[in-house]
Amino acid sequence: MSGSQEIRSQIASIQNTQKITKAMEMVAASKMKKAQDQMTMARPYADKILNVISHLAHAHPEYESDFLSSRDVSKKGYIIVSSDRGLCGGLNNNLFKKVLDQVEIDKSTSINSAFSLIGNKSTSFFQRVGGEVIAKTSQLGDKPKIEQVLGLIKSTIDKFLGKEIDELYVVYNRFINTVSQEPVVQKILPISVMEKNDDYNFYWDYIYEPDAKDVLESLFTRYLESLIYRAIVENLACEQASRMVAMKAASDNASDLISELQLIYNKNRQAAITQEISEIISGAAAL
Amino acid sequence: MEGKIKLDIVSAEQELFSKEVEMVYAPAEMGEVGITPKHTPLITKLRPGDVRAQISKDEVETFFVSGGILEVQPNEVTILSDTALRGEDLDEERAMEAERLAQEAMKNSSSDVDTAKAKSELLQAAAQLRLIKKLKSKAKK
Repeated sequence: MSGSQEIRSQIASIQNTQKITKAMEMVAASKMKKAQDQMTMARPYADKILNVISHLAHAHPEYESDFLSSRDVSKKGYIIVSSDRGLCGGLNNNLFKKVLDQVEIDKSTSINSAFSLIGNKSTSFFQRVGGEVIAKTSQLGDKPKIEQVLGLIKSTIDKFLGKEIDELYVVYNRFINTVSQEPVVQKILPISVMEKNDDYNFYWDYIYEPDAKDVLESLFTRYLESLIYRAIVENLACEQASRMVAMKAASDNASDLISELQLIYNKNRQAAITQEISEIISGAAAL
Repeated sequence: MEGKIKLDIVSAEQELFSKEVEMVYAPAEMGEVGITPKHTPLITKLRPGDVRAQISKDEVETFFVSGGILEVQPNEVTILSDTALRGEDLDEERAMEAERLAQEAMKNSSSDVDTAKAKSELLQAAAQLRLIKKLKSKAKK
């Protein structure tokens, strides 16, 4: 019965695939947990730095900085946070679509775009479709360190300070919950001044060492770094969540296929047995 | 010692320390500073070095920071610690590296986004996903 032999080997191969997708699902689940922890751990820094900046905004309302002042836009910069690996559903594609929509709208009002790419997926995408790329970095791994993206951030911010780009956005997936992630385009430069808090109506200022400009610039840089780091970690959590869901679907599909094939196999076997019996009976009857 | 001061040491990747302390010593760029409660608001960059937190008379905790920013309010001290060694040269080097990688990757591509091509590619990917879903729902029936 070559037919049933074939079905049997097919079932075995699907079972192997299922083992892999199940393992990937579990790995993704545990990695997602870790990425979420990282998200929580990064929060205090972002909160604190925001605190300091809002203190500053009150102490120094007249302070002018290139980081704060907006200007006419002729070119926008995007830092695109994508994953390094695939098999995570439509996560990256949804993100690229969101950016491209924006780019297309801007094109019609003759605003140009430039990109800084984080992650292999965005690199290979822009390699195929073209585009002005400022900087790229990839292979951040499962535990991204801020050190790995400092270069990219610096060269992108330098482009802004050098007035080559007039606005900077970070594009990443926002983690809502395990089953839903939302691509977002968030403006990070110029830094928008937060609203005044009326609790601070008395005037005070810091002592700056060595001087205000120096301190503030490194403060703003770190603020941007923390925003981008947060985006990276959040995107990582999304990647793992999305992969987990995709792999779960794949495992389910495999189960369906296996049970279908099993049914066919059983029917085949039954048919063979029936045939054999009827052959024996008819043989006996002929005697 | 009158009173205590709240000390928070945070890095971009995690919170390192958060406690009431009597005094903080930190390696500011202009020389080491010691902060006691009710200090004037101060903001300064830090050099790489040790931050010492005097929790009580005979309990001191030491942290290494590779630079960062120190912010002092009358009743709280915040240290935004860097996790990586910084410096103009180092940062510049990293930036050059990131730009070099970009140029290398984009060697064979045009400098303008081919939106039509990109769109069609995305549509294709979406169609594939839809097809898989459709096939699956068919299989269920």
